[in-house]
Amino acid sequence: MYDAWKILVGLAIFLGLFTFAFWMNAGKAAPVPEVKIDTPEIKKMPEPERKCVEDKHFMRTTHMQLINHWRDQALRDGDREYVNKKGEKYVISLQNTCIKCHSNKKEFCDKCHDYAGVSPYCWDCHIVPPEEPKEEPKGNEL
Amino acid sequence: MSMNRREFIKITGLSTLFGLAGKGAFELLRPGVLDAAEHGHGHGAPAPEEPAEAAIRWGMTIDVEKCSEPGVVERCIKACHSVHNVPDFGDTKNQVKWLWEDDYEHTFAGNENEFMADHVKALPFLCLCNHCDEPPCVRVCPTKATFRRPDGIVAMDYHRCIGCRFCMAACPYGSRSFNWFDPRDALNQKEYNMEFPTRMRGVVEKCNFCVERLAKGQMPACVEAAPQALAFGNLADPDSNVRQILRKRSSMRRKLELGSKPSVFYLV
Repeated sequence: MYDAWKILVGLAIFLGLFTFAFWMNAGKAAPVPEVKIDTPEIKKMPEPERKCVEDKHFMRTTHMQLINHWRDQALRDGDREYVNKKGEKYVISLQNTCIKCHSNKKEFCDKCHDYAGVSPYCWDCHIVPPEEPKEEPKGNEL
Repeated sequence: MSMNRREFIKITGLSTLFGLAGKGAFELLRPGVLDAAEHGHGHGAPAPEEPAEAAIRWGMTIDVEKCSEPGVVERCIKACHSVHNVPDFGDTKNQVKWLWEDDYEHTFAGNENEFMADHVKALPFLCLCNHCDEPPCVRVCPTKATFRRPDGIVAMDYHRCIGCRFCMAACPYGSRSFNWFDPRDALNQKEYNMEFPTRMRGVVEKCNFCVERLAKGQMPACVEAAPQALAFGNLADPDSNVRQILRKRSSMRRKLELGSKPSVFYLV
């Protein structure tokens, strides 16, 4: 092999740069987010009544499909009533049903969305209630 | 009988020329059969049923003279725009409007009666989306972001709007506005109606006949602001308030000659 050392050094540099992202972030896994549900509206409810439109597991895994479905049902079909699995009725509205309770977007929505690396565009139009500016925990920032 | 390709083409070509082949021949020999087959039902099948007359068709009447009373028009516009978080950019170029005021000449452009009474010509006219029965904006929308609901309201699904502005070109009434900038830049955050969204940059918006208020059993915001001048009701019901008003008073509609069948009536 001609110029073997040049090739080997070049390969080493290339591999180093190519895997930069992996070894730079090794051992720095972002902690699993803990969402907060301590909004004033939720605190007002007595403990046994503190529940979402569906159960916790369903909401965690399927809220995006549910919200998508709600949007079409309310807007396109004009049907603004949601009947959940238990037969309870709710008004279909992101701002007037979801955010009424979950008024803490930063601590509720953003935490998981940032962790999962998704940026839904709900808030381009739908209004988030103003939150008092809080000291953001440092770290995990670019 | 043997025939080569050349002869075959000659014969079919000539017979087509004289209407003896293709669709023409079908019409000659068995009239009506082909058309029936093309429309998806066989010979003798009943004609497809006309869709049943809708039970609801929302409409509005605007008493033009009562709108000229001081403050009425402004009150209606303010009520509408604050309920729906409509931004005010302060210039007509970027203006976003759901409900606005115009003069006689522009409201009834093209078909103005040149001998209209002088006092009518001087009146202010409240303009809004006419929620046409045959909405041209809906026909041109490539994403079906705008659509006609069964109750006659021409609605917008801002999630689907791609901002192509075909609907703005199609609407003969100028009822649609484009968000050239982020509407939140021109809205006061403290005056948001928290129960209704804003729009985002790059979508078209317009009056929605207060569909969100109707769902709660409320009247449209403008009607609530000036009940003496505006009336809202079901045009499909012969006994509704608007039909009773229209039976008694003569009315005008904007650009009827275009066939879009507007649902907003100006009482003169």
